[in-house]
Amino acid sequence: MADARGLVKRRAGVRLWLSASWLGLLVLAAVFAPLIAPQDPLMQDLFGARLPPFWEAGSDAAFPLGSDSLGRDVLSRIIYGARLALGVALIAGTLTCLIGSFLGLIAGYFRGWPDMVISRLVDIWMAFPPVLFAILLIAVLGTGLSSIIIAIVVIDWTRFARVIRAEAMSQGAMDYVASAQVSGRKRFSIMLAEILPNVLPTIVVLLTLEMGIAVIVEAILSFVNLSISTDQPTWGSMISEGRLSIHQAWWVLVFPLVTLFLTVLSFSQLGEGLKDHFDPVLR
Amino acid sequence: MSFLTIENLSAHVGPSPILRDVSLSVEAGEVRGLVGESGAGKSMIGKAVLGTLPLAVQVTSGRILLDGEDLLAMRPRDRRRVIGAKAALIPQDPLTALNPSRRVGPQITNRLVDILGWTRQDAQMRALELLHEVSIPEPERVMRAYPHELSGGMRQRILIASAFAAEPRLIIADEPTTALDVTVQKQILKLIRQMQQRHGTALLFVTHDLGVVSKVCQSLTVLFGGLVLEDTRVEPFFAHPSHPYSAALLAATPKYTDPDASLTPVPDAVIEGVQAEIAAHDRMQPHV
Ligand SMILES: Nc1ncnc2c1ncn2[C@@H]1O[C@H](COP(=O)(O)OP(=O)(O)O)[C@@H](O)[C@H]1O
Ligand SMILES: [Mg+2]
Repeated sequence: MADARGLVKRRAGVRLWLSASWLGLLVLAAVFAPLIAPQDPLMQDLFGARLPPFWEAGSDAAFPLGSDSLGRDVLSRIIYGARLALGVALIAGTLTCLIGSFLGLIAGYFRGWPDMVISRLVDIWMAFPPVLFAILLIAVLGTGLSSIIIAIVVIDWTRFARVIRAEAMSQGAMDYVASAQVSGRKRFSIMLAEILPNVLPTIVVLLTLEMGIAVIVEAILSFVNLSISTDQPTWGSMISEGRLSIHQAWWVLVFPLVTLFLTVLSFSQLGEGLKDHFDPVLR
Repeated sequence: MSFLTIENLSAHVGPSPILRDVSLSVEAGEVRGLVGESGAGKSMIGKAVLGTLPLAVQVTSGRILLDGEDLLAMRPRDRRRVIGAKAALIPQDPLTALNPSRRVGPQITNRLVDILGWTRQDAQMRALELLHEVSIPEPERVMRAYPHELSGGMRQRILIASAFAAEPRLIIADEPTTALDVTVQKQILKLIRQMQQRHGTALLFVTHDLGVVSKVCQSLTVLFGGLVLEDTRVEPFFAHPSHPYSAALLAATPKYTDPDASLTPVPDAVIEGVQAEIAAHDRMQPHV
């Protein structure tokens, strides 16, 4: 029994460690992109187009993951693409989390009319298909980094609000909350000091999931050309372009796709791993 | 004048009554038992006094006077302040009564800071004293522990310390030993009794065990279906209970009858009698 638990714990540790390493690597790549990237990600060279990755015949050591149809270095574009992907993940994920969790806490703990208003709003929101909603929003706001972030926040806050509301409600029924109320504390301070620490593990999981979702949404918007200006490298636009030359140069599609996949996976695994660290009972 | 007076308190969940014209009082320094089977409405009375009724429960009539102040007539903020300063709760389940994600120490000191406006350092000192008073070994270590690291008995001791921390003049103990191991129950009961005597606190002791009432209480109220059936001093009650339900309850309690005699559950006829009484009471109510 103790052994089985140890094993589960160790495996969770490995998962946490692997996902944190991958994300750490990406963050470093994004921050130090100009120093790390072997090439200028925008430089075209039609004579050096569709160079294969380093292990295949005809490759060029200066283009380790090959080049695309315009002769741009795939690795450098992935590294620069990490800037936008992580930037969006961080800013949009955090904003969505703050707004959604706050509204969820208020609705779940205060109940009454705040809950009525917030829950009704969530219901209405859920009736919109999210991707259409995003495209509509971008069409109205115009393309650009802030539009992507606003679109993600506006669409996804309900994900937090719903789950955190339910958790806050069940915590609010506990005797420790009643005790805090009896000692005359302000309800808002009870919400932050008593309820919040107990929903924090859930918030962490949702936050990292949301960061993964933000990366995907940004990629989708790039894919349909609704993200930022098209000359800046993004994983989504790379995937979109790579799709066109899949038979001649698979690497142009596959490397950004794998990067995207690993990143989204790492975010969700990171959340699962961190959850236990925020839970005093499991810690 | 009594420290706590409840006058004709009625409460409903939707259309169904859960408290029916309940009146009871607790004198300063007195221990009153509140007895009834599960679902009788004992906890609801405690929650009504402490202002922690669930949202679904509506108080439809009556008054609650705490130290002469009419709680239900006050604005919620003032009410919370008055209750916080004068009353406290020893809860039934020591597991959910402590916040699982916070250390024990701050959960005690918070009360002193919130209610009495003490500094953190003073509150810390007092909390250590209190933990010592409720016989917790290594109070410094326990203050830094999370609730799940402590046994049920320890947690209940901490909650007792916390209830007495701000020197309230009334404590409501809601079946404080029900969730504990039998071996621990006696110690906790003794501790509550000791603390109550030492601090001169009035105590409303909620229980379904008449044996406990005979040991701890001076007076008692018997409740069934939210209706008060009997309100009396302890001595006459145990000598000759006046209500048939009380008599049946007493007969169903070990030790207070012949220990060799087999225990008789409350007979159906008695229950039917009480239900008729409740129905008669409800018919007297003006229809809303
Ligand atoms: N949260 C709630 N919402 C609605 N009804 C409740 C709630 N909690 C308890 N009740 C009802 O109130 C009545 C009294 O319950 P309670 O005071 O907890 O009984 P007890 O005497 O066992 O403490 C019961 O009939 C119960 O079903
Ligand atoms: Mg109860």
